[in-house]
Amino acid sequence: MSNNNYSPAVDAQSLSFNVDATRLLDQVDLRAERGQFVGLIGPNGAGKSTLLRAISNVLSYQEGTVSLHGADLKSLPARKVAEILALVPQIAPYTQGFTAFELVLMGRYPHLGRFQVEGPTDDRIARDAMRLTETENFSSRTIETLSGGERQRVFLARAVAQQPQVLLLDEPTSNLDVLHQLKILTLVERLVEDGLTAVAAIHDLNLAARFCDRLVLLAGGRVVTEGSAQEVLTPETIESAFGVKSAIYREPVTGALAVSLIEPADGAPTGVELREDAVPLLDDEPAAATRSEAASAIR
Amino acid sequence: MFTAVQVMRGYRQLGVSARLTIGMSILAALVLVVGLISLTLGPVDIPASHIAWIALSSIGFDVPEFGRTEQLVIDQIRLPRIVVGAAVGMALGVAGATMQGLFRNPMADPGIIGVSAGGALGAVVAIASGLTGLFFLALPVFAFVGAMGAALLVYGIAVVGGHFSMATLLLAGVAVNAFLGAIVSAIIIVLPDNAALREILFWLAGGLDSRSWEHVRTAGPLILGSTVLLLLLARDLNLLMLGDDEARSMGVRVGATRVAMLLAASLATGAAVAVSGTIAFVGLVVPHTLRLMLGPDNRVLIPMSALGGAVFVILADTVARTIIQPAEFRVGILTAFVGAPFFILLLIKNKRQVYSL
Repeated sequence: MSNNNYSPAVDAQSLSFNVDATRLLDQVDLRAERGQFVGLIGPNGAGKSTLLRAISNVLSYQEGTVSLHGADLKSLPARKVAEILALVPQIAPYTQGFTAFELVLMGRYPHLGRFQVEGPTDDRIARDAMRLTETENFSSRTIETLSGGERQRVFLARAVAQQPQVLLLDEPTSNLDVLHQLKILTLVERLVEDGLTAVAAIHDLNLAARFCDRLVLLAGGRVVTEGSAQEVLTPETIESAFGVKSAIYREPVTGALAVSLIEPADGAPTGVELREDAVPLLDDEPAAATRSEAASAIR
Repeated sequence: MFTAVQVMRGYRQLGVSARLTIGMSILAALVLVVGLISLTLGPVDIPASHIAWIALSSIGFDVPEFGRTEQLVIDQIRLPRIVVGAAVGMALGVAGATMQGLFRNPMADPGIIGVSAGGALGAVVAIASGLTGLFFLALPVFAFVGAMGAALLVYGIAVVGGHFSMATLLLAGVAVNAFLGAIVSAIIIVLPDNAALREILFWLAGGLDSRSWEHVRTAGPLILGSTVLLLLLARDLNLLMLGDDEARSMGVRVGATRVAMLLAASLATGAAVAVSGTIAFVGLVVPHTLRLMLGPDNRVLIPMSALGGAVFVILADTVARTIIQPAEFRVGILTAFVGAPFFILLLIKNKRQVYSL
């Protein structure tokens, strides 16, 4: 840390993103140190996917800055960003006719020159990525014949083949069976030990607590709290963000922090309340109407 | 013995460069063979040996006698016609493959954003106004201007208001196609001149009769240029087929790339329409067939569709001009007549492989 050149892998500062009058991200800060596994948790519509898409240059945020390894995201050429950073989408696109192997090989595109095609090295990297994600068995099957979970692993394999320094995962375990949930997160954990930085949106609080080095709890487009699992996962924060009563305990077998969800709490979750100033004013006249529409949309 | 299916499966396991080398060699050989056969056939049959002599003499060799007429027929009638046919087929094949990729829809054809309808309107205006009698290139120039005007109009409709989407582009294309088609019909109905009417119907059926080197010079550079651009962007198109977000996160400048590809595909199609009228089905059936055999990788599919389209159009035109000699059939009728049943057969055989949006 004493190194002056040191800069975090991902450093997003007061990021805001609006679609029409709805503020999906509101002054969000997110920092991931190099070699850290950061988990984004929060209810539906909290802004987890939006945040990942903003950091990966997929959508253009209106306010704030993102720096990747110290370089400003918006000043980097798109190709350069793709060399540093890979995104595993939440819903793996339903592509047409490409085999799993062909798709994983696409992870090499950012590293190839305009007139270059994949060589033996790229083939080897792609095959290694498929072995790590246990997708090699269906490497010559076309994507549309795979199940949702298999497809999700193929897209993870592609991101691994991209050899990024920062890996962004949007609900990487959402379609997976329990075995592959564990395997995939263990794989990410191992890649992180080897120096990769990972930021993942994860719905399952117990998996997030067990595998991530740091958690960021989002609700209503804002950061509610962040820190270690112990700091973030408390009955109070969970009730305010998710509207669920819970108990937190130490899981005796794995030793990880665990959340036991008991029942919905009374009333709306307080953390999801949109504040008045959360919605930017467009015009004076229709502002009141759009504001309440936006608020109800987010609720 | 290997079955065809096994051979194709083995082929798909090969790397991109191997697939390209093998596939392009086969199709290039096919273009040459079909072109040569086409040169020999016609009202005057010219034996292949004479064609060889004509070719050799043109580069300064001493060769046995051949007819002066034969040389004229080859030089000024058949060869330019075949070259125009090859260029048109290439343009339609490449543009079809590109549009199918951009729209993520195997039913997209080169005219999907109004190019063919616009070209038709331009041509009809040129014929109906009598301008075609005034200068030689009036027809192709008007058709080209109409084609590009329609494409830009459709694109303009899709981008107005800021929220561009391929769905809007598709729907705007459908609307503009219908609108321009209505104008063409209206002109045909009110046109008093029977000769002009006949000329219009001929043009609409697509044809390569009396194409000259002038046509090659007019359309060739545009078609070649657009094809090269599309080949350079083929890899980006692979990523675009996965979705805009995917492509963007993999380093593709989505907006610029898509506009460039739409423009290049429309230019190629517009140039083709300008010199040949509307030749149906080539842009749909050629890339689609090749995709079923070769897979969807556009780095292979686009160049192969270029040569595949060339083979198909030369072949169809050869049949069209020899089948009812001394009269001539129209190549556009033939491509649809052969292409459509073939396409239907393909659909039935490969129902499970026909991808949807």
